[in-house]
Amino acid sequence: MTQTAPPPTAAATGPDVPADVARRAPRWGDLPTVVRRGLLLLVLLVAWDLGVRFGGVSPLVLVGPLEVAEAMVEGVRSGALLDSTLLTLRILGQALAIGIVAAAVLTTLATWTTIGEDLLVLLTSMLNPLPAVAILPLAMLWFGINTTALIVVIANAVIWPIAINVSQGFRTANPTVVAVGRNIGLRGVRLVWYVLVPAALPHTVSGLKSAWAFGWRTIIAAELVFGVAGEGGGLGYFINNAKTYLHIADAFAGLVTIALIGICFDLVFTWLERRTVVRWGMKTA
Amino acid sequence: MLEVSDVRLGYVVDGEPHLAVGGVSFAIPRGSTTMLLGPSGCGKSTILKAAAGFLQPWSGTITVDGRAASAAPGPDRAVVFQEFDQLFPWRTVGGNLEFPLRANGRTREQARERAGHWLSVMGLDHAATRFPHQLSGGMKQRVAIARALALEPDVLLMDEPFGALDAQTRDRLQRELKQVAADTGITVLFVTHSISEAVYVGDQVVVLSTPPSDVVETLDVRGLDDPTEAAFVAAQTRLRSLLAGDEVAA
Repeated sequence: MTQTAPPPTAAATGPDVPADVARRAPRWGDLPTVVRRGLLLLVLLVAWDLGVRFGGVSPLVLVGPLEVAEAMVEGVRSGALLDSTLLTLRILGQALAIGIVAAAVLTTLATWTTIGEDLLVLLTSMLNPLPAVAILPLAMLWFGINTTALIVVIANAVIWPIAINVSQGFRTANPTVVAVGRNIGLRGVRLVWYVLVPAALPHTVSGLKSAWAFGWRTIIAAELVFGVAGEGGGLGYFINNAKTYLHIADAFAGLVTIALIGICFDLVFTWLERRTVVRWGMKTA
Repeated sequence: MLEVSDVRLGYVVDGEPHLAVGGVSFAIPRGSTTMLLGPSGCGKSTILKAAAGFLQPWSGTITVDGRAASAAPGPDRAVVFQEFDQLFPWRTVGGNLEFPLRANGRTREQARERAGHWLSVMGLDHAATRFPHQLSGGMKQRVAIARALALEPDVLLMDEPFGALDAQTRDRLQRELKQVAADTGITVLFVTHSISEAVYVGDQVVVLSTPPSDVVETLDVRGLDDPTEAAFVAAQTRLRSLLAGDEVAA
């Protein structure tokens, strides 16, 4: 249980810090995180560039960071990379929406009824370990080589992490807070909405986080392997296409885009957690 | 007036019923504070939970002003728990007071006004915008008491609310609670295992035996608020011997 937060003035350079501690040489760890990671990234990029320039690698196999940057700018300008990315994100968004609704229904059933709980446990233990891409061939057979097959597969990839986490959040909700909710007269849906849902939020956010990560990897893999994004193809299709025509810079541009979008989503989730569960002391930063 | 009449309560383990409370009766006159005192495991918290409506008595009745209290929990019997984490962590201190009022049909303005009043009664004006995890244990319990009082319940049910506090904070909160109870004229059922707390905070002390428990004695401790005066010491001695005697008998 956390007590009163320490006053913000207690920094390492406060007046009570011994002189030898305060005056020691600046270290790597003293730099802000962004600067530290930025410097490391720069070193890696320079090493990459030098390796390509002086390593004698064929430009058909590996290109330098500048060419990749150029390919990205060109890809966004021409729309090829941008459209592929947006298509992939749109499909993922639809699948996530379906997954969230399905997970909500399953979790509600699991919270209210024993048979629903059994069903959730059974389905989760069967379907969660299954690599989502493994059911893609079947989905393609059932729905055709199109976006629907992809959405079905991705939805399946995201339902389980959300459902597991939310139902765990409900089950482990602090019983005292739930008792207070009942004491102030909340019942049924109102008790769930006003007490259980916020109490389960730390679990819900982790569930969404892993759902998004599963979904993102799965959709890229599915597009790469089967090229089934339908009209025009998504980001995975873009990379595969670039490989086919030996546009190595484009392939790298696609990979960098995947990484950048991953970082952006991580930032969004971190921000979301800071605004909610961290701010409320329900999760440490 | 809260009336507990011949209440029997228990729990079931592996299909075997275990009787914890074996026919307890007492009454709390309107506006007074009754302390439930007894050895651990005597079912004093169980009686409070039944009065709150969380448990059904096996037999007997619990009524508040003539209405059955054990049907379901409700804001007319506000509970303050021992646990510090009884506040909604996702709401500020002010929000913790306002939300139960809003949930019970008050307008935003009414809720805010009443929450503000009880925050200042409990000395929490400065903490209204803070979140529970930023408060000390004593402050959290103060907020919980303010939240319960803001509901203006018929009876305030306190389940060892100061049990996990350090001695100094406990003393201060006992003093504050006694003052607020006197000022508001609220009816209080207070579960404790502390003899001095029972004598200081209460108007009467109901002493329970080991389980299956019944009432050993009901002691009047009205007006005793100076731990050094003879009557206070005598009451403490009496309670101590009642509890000890029961242990010997068991």
